[in-house]
Amino acid sequence: MSDVSGMPAAKGPLIYRQSIWTRVTHWIWAICLFFLLLTGLQIFNAHPALYIGQESGFEYENAILEIGAFNTDAGPRGRTTIFGQTFDTTGVLGMSGAAERPVFTAFPGAVTIPSYRDLGTGRVVHFFFGWIFVATMLVWFVASFINGHIRRDIVPGPSDIKGVPRDVAEHATLRFKHGRSYGPLQKLAYFSVFFILFPLIVATGLTMSPGINAAAPWMLDLFGGRQTARTIHFIVMVLLVAFFIIHIAMVLLAGPFNELRSMITGWYRASPGTPSIEGDKP
Amino acid sequence: MSRLITRRNFLRSSAIAGSGLVLAGCNQFDFLGSKENQVRKVMEQANVLTYQVQRQLIGAQTLAREYSASEIRQGMKPNGSVEPSTPEYMFLQAQNFANYKLTVKGMVEREVSFSLEELRNMPARSQITRHDCVEGWSCIAKWTGTPLGPILDMAGVKSEARFCVYHCFDNIQRTLSGDILYYESSDLIDAYHPQTILSYGLNDQVLPVSNGAPIRLRIERALGYKQPKYLHTIELVDDLSPFGQGKGGYWPDQGYDWYGGI
Repeated sequence: MSDVSGMPAAKGPLIYRQSIWTRVTHWIWAICLFFLLLTGLQIFNAHPALYIGQESGFEYENAILEIGAFNTDAGPRGRTTIFGQTFDTTGVLGMSGAAERPVFTAFPGAVTIPSYRDLGTGRVVHFFFGWIFVATMLVWFVASFINGHIRRDIVPGPSDIKGVPRDVAEHATLRFKHGRSYGPLQKLAYFSVFFILFPLIVATGLTMSPGINAAAPWMLDLFGGRQTARTIHFIVMVLLVAFFIIHIAMVLLAGPFNELRSMITGWYRASPGTPSIEGDKP
Repeated sequence: MSRLITRRNFLRSSAIAGSGLVLAGCNQFDFLGSKENQVRKVMEQANVLTYQVQRQLIGAQTLAREYSASEIRQGMKPNGSVEPSTPEYMFLQAQNFANYKLTVKGMVEREVSFSLEELRNMPARSQITRHDCVEGWSCIAKWTGTPLGPILDMAGVKSEARFCVYHCFDNIQRTLSGDILYYESSDLIDAYHPQTILSYGLNDQVLPVSNGAPIRLRIERALGYKQPKYLHTIELVDDLSPFGQGKGGYWPDQGYDWYGGI
């Protein structure tokens, strides 16, 4: 598709921004995270509570989140208790579905795979995509280290840190600069995902494996116990969902055609005034 | 200004499209729940990979973490079968398991049986370990019993044996065509692991019925469903397919991974 503005001077150069490694790993991750999230919620539904410590308190209290259904005088209601505060979440958490045929699962079937209660299948699919997710992470780290993507676009430098206030102001007024690399907030977001959230969700997932616990008991100490690791795994999931929502919003606000093209073909239309270099297209 | 509205519309339409995608996700992938599905069978290979990688990564003798006595803060949560109702079990239970026998058979040099009294008089091991249920919860308790390895040696495991099948008394599921009895299996590495014990004691008391009396096997580096309760026979085999639905255990037959170390 060609630019229809008719003013070539107002157009920045078309730059080759995303390498094949970045594009392929991006879409494999997108598929993996979709299945990992929906099967993860299925697995959570098998015991919809999160605890702090080595074990789950049944005769004492160490839960920070509990989702369930309870009988009241007005019939069953869905309830969510978080840090001791109880909320009525009927219709979404604890109890959902049609009024005449309610479903008493923590997360509703609309966001679990399978849609019905099936922990065994949830685990099969979760671990399958878990392996692909981790393998893709290894490929991305090696490729991005070698081709300079990490150094150039991901790790924020001193100038990025200084540029944060200005970048915040620009985002607040929905004015986006499309440069050769990422802006300060983009770098901080991607750095957090690749260097904090991704490693953390994999490590806390492994800490839930009794086999891995035997091989690497230090991981239990690092995360403060198996149940704390499970809680962190869940919190990182929530943060990744938040990242996904902002990510999609930013793509839509910054120009979905240009952003999608760069993640499919690699070619990205930079802002007017971006200096051209060799290899750019007009 | 008009640009902002366009963006707003973009957001609104994308939210609708996004929620549509999620709703479409709800039962579009239910076919994966069918055990005969070819895609599922491919995905199940990930569990084989997990098993092989963990066997390479974790030494055969590497112990599961043992906790201190102060970390036992509650009773052991019973789960699954808590009161078997098969006549064989109820008969033994009525006599306080005086006539109970644990049998080791199959690919062994000699079939052997032990009474509960004999098992209690064998060298004992106590361990405070964390029990992890596949559902997601954990519970720390002290288990006392006699290691399985020496008992297998007494029977003389033949070199062609690859697995132990653990047969249990409890009718975990009742169907129109009769009771389905619980069973499990493990490889010989888990069977000979130093913490794999035939437990008869829990938290310094006699193992209660709700937790698997008279004998519950502990395989400490695996999930709870690999710790068969109400155990009566250990059969050494080279193939798991003749038992149950052929997946090596009651829960594996229901679609859970056989290894259970994750």
